[in-house]
Amino acid sequence: MNIIVCIKQVPDTSEISIDPETNTLVREGVPSIINPYDENAIEAALQLKEEYGGTVTALSMGPPQAEEALRQALAMGCDDAVLISDRALAGSDTLATSYVLAEAIQKIGGYDLVICGKQAFDGDTAQVGPGIAEQLGIPQATYAMEVKVDGKKMQVKRLLAGSFETIEMKLPALITADKHMNVPRHAGLRGVMAARKKEIPTWTLEDIQADPEKCGLSGSPTTVVEIFPPQRSSFLTSCVRHNCSKWPAEFSR
Amino acid sequence: MDFSFTDEQQEIFAAVRGICEEELKPKAKEVDQRGEYPWDNIKMLAELDLFGVPVPEQYGGLGLGILDWAVVGELLSAACTTTGAVYGAHLLAEYPIMEFGSEEQKEKYLRPLASGEKIGAFGLTEPGAGSDAASVRTRAELDGDHYILNGTKVFITNGGDAEIYVIIANVAPERGARGMTAFIVEKGTEGFTFGKDEEKMAYPALSNRELIFQDARVPKENVLGRERRGFRVAMTTLGAGRVGMAIGAVGLAQAAYDAAIAYAPTREQFGQPISEFQAVQFMLADMATSIEAARWLTYSAAWRKDQGLEFEKEAAMAKVFASEMCVEVCSKAVQIHGGYGYTKDYPVERYYREAKLFDIVEGK
Repeated sequence: MNIIVCIKQVPDTSEISIDPETNTLVREGVPSIINPYDENAIEAALQLKEEYGGTVTALSMGPPQAEEALRQALAMGCDDAVLISDRALAGSDTLATSYVLAEAIQKIGGYDLVICGKQAFDGDTAQVGPGIAEQLGIPQATYAMEVKVDGKKMQVKRLLAGSFETIEMKLPALITADKHMNVPRHAGLRGVMAARKKEIPTWTLEDIQADPEKCGLSGSPTTVVEIFPPQRSSFLTSCVRHNCSKWPAEFSR
Repeated sequence: MDFSFTDEQQEIFAAVRGICEEELKPKAKEVDQRGEYPWDNIKMLAELDLFGVPVPEQYGGLGLGILDWAVVGELLSAACTTTGAVYGAHLLAEYPIMEFGSEEQKEKYLRPLASGEKIGAFGLTEPGAGSDAASVRTRAELDGDHYILNGTKVFITNGGDAEIYVIIANVAPERGARGMTAFIVEKGTEGFTFGKDEEKMAYPALSNRELIFQDARVPKENVLGRERRGFRVAMTTLGAGRVGMAIGAVGLAQAAYDAAIAYAPTREQFGQPISEFQAVQFMLADMATSIEAARWLTYSAAWRKDQGLEFEKEAAMAKVFASEMCVEVCSKAVQIHGGYGYTKDYPVERYYREAKLFDIVEGK
C-alpha cells in the first residue's frame, strides 16, 4: 500500500503573537514545526505501512525551509520526501494549493491513499485535503478516527459533531486525520541521522507541469482582508483562558 | 577552536529536547512521588536509540562521541533527573565493555546495552571502598574455568533492575590495586543476589541496591580486560562517569534556573515583581554564569576524551565544580521562590534534594 502524506510547515502556535499595530503574525524568532494534525497523518501512514507494507512519501509545498519539516517526516519513518517550491507559488490560497499538490501527487503516481491533517494550525481552513481529492477525482473521508483496509476498499470511522460515522470507499482515496486518530511517534535518533542522508528533491511548477495561471495569486480567488486577535472581554472567555479551574466558585458568587 | 555543534548534532539534540519536553518533564514529579523505577521512560529511551549514543555502529550503536552522550544526558537530567541518572549509570557498564571488552564480550553484552534491551550497572563501591577504590574487598578466586566471587557492593545505581553488571573484585587482596580485576556478571548468576535498596534523601525511583556475591560462579571469559588490570578499568570508567555526573549536575541546575527565572517576574512584593529587585537579579546572574562555566568545563572534558586526549583530570575538575555549582544554584532557586519553593507545589524543592547527590557520588 503506497501512501502519500501531505504536510505543512507552520509557526509553533504555542509561541505565536499578533502585532497589535499591524494585525499580522509576529513570525520573527518563532520556531517552525510540522502542523500538528499532519503529524497524526504521518503516524496514520506509518501504522498502515507497518500493517500492510508499501511506502510512505511525504509531500509539502512551501518555501525552501519547509525541507526541515520533510526531514522530520523522514526521521519519523517516511521513506521518501518531495518539496514543491517555486516563487510563483507565493500567495496561493487553498484552491491553488490543492491544485498544485494534486499535480505533484499525480507526478509521484502509484498511490493507494493520500493522507492530510484535518486542517492547518495557522490557516485553519480544512479545505486543502478535500480540495486535493476533488482535483484528483478520488473519494475522500475527512476527520478520520480509525481506518481499516480491505483489499481495494477501506473503511473509515469519521468523527462528526457528537457522533461517529463509518463509511466505506474505494481506493485510491484521500483521508484527513483527526488528532484523536493516534499519538504521533517521536523520531528516534537513528531516524534523525538516517534522514540527514536522504535526498529531498525540490520540484518547481515546471517539474510538475502545473498551469501557472492556476497557481499563486493568479490562481487564488480568495484574499485575506484582515487578521485580528479575538477580543478578550467577557467573564466566560477569561474563565476558559484560565482552564476552567475556578468555574464553580466564581459562578456561585 | 570552535565552540559550535554540527548541524547533525543540533538535529539530534533538538529531537532529544522534544522528547524531554513532551514526555519526560511532565511526568518528573510523578516519578518522584510514585517512587518506582521509571521503566516506561527507560523503554521509551531505548526505542528512540538513546542508549546507543556513544556505542560504535558495528555493535548497534549510533557511533557518536562522549560529548554527544553528555549533551543528551544534560537534557535528560534537566527534564527528569531520575531518568538522567539511569542513563548515566547505564554508561558505566557500557563504557568499560566498549573500551576493554573482547569481540565476543562486545557482541554478547554491548549490543543489548546499546539497544537498551538490557540495562547496565557498575559495581565498585563497598562499605569500606568508594573514593578509596583500591580497598575493594570483594574476592575473586579462580576455580577451573570459573571465578568464585564473594563480597558485597553497596549503593549500586540500577542495582537489581540492571541485567548486565561490571563488577570490580580482587584476585589478590594482598597486592591491593594490583590484584583488582573487572568482571562482567549477569543478573541471574547463581550466588549473585540483591540486598537493601537504599532509602535516600531524593530519587526514590532510582534503585541503589546492595549486590551480594556468595560463591557466585562467573565464567573465566567474563574477565573484562586482563586479570589484575581492574584498577585501570575502574579508573577509566570513573573518568567517563565523572563527565556524566558533571553534566547531570549542569542539567539539573539549568532546570532550577529556568524555574527561578520563570517565577521571579510573577511574584510581586513591595509593589513590584521580585525580578525587579537587584538582589534577585544578582542571584539569577550568578546562577546563569556558574551554570555556563560548569557546562563548558564539562564539554571540554568530554571533547578531550573524544579527541583521544587525556581527560580524567578535566573530568574530575568538572565533576567537583559542577556538583558544587548545582547545590548552590538549586538552593538559590528555592530562595527565589521563597516559602512556595519549599513546598511540593513547585519543582525546586525536588531539585534541591536531588542536587546534593552530585556533590557526593563518584568521588570528590
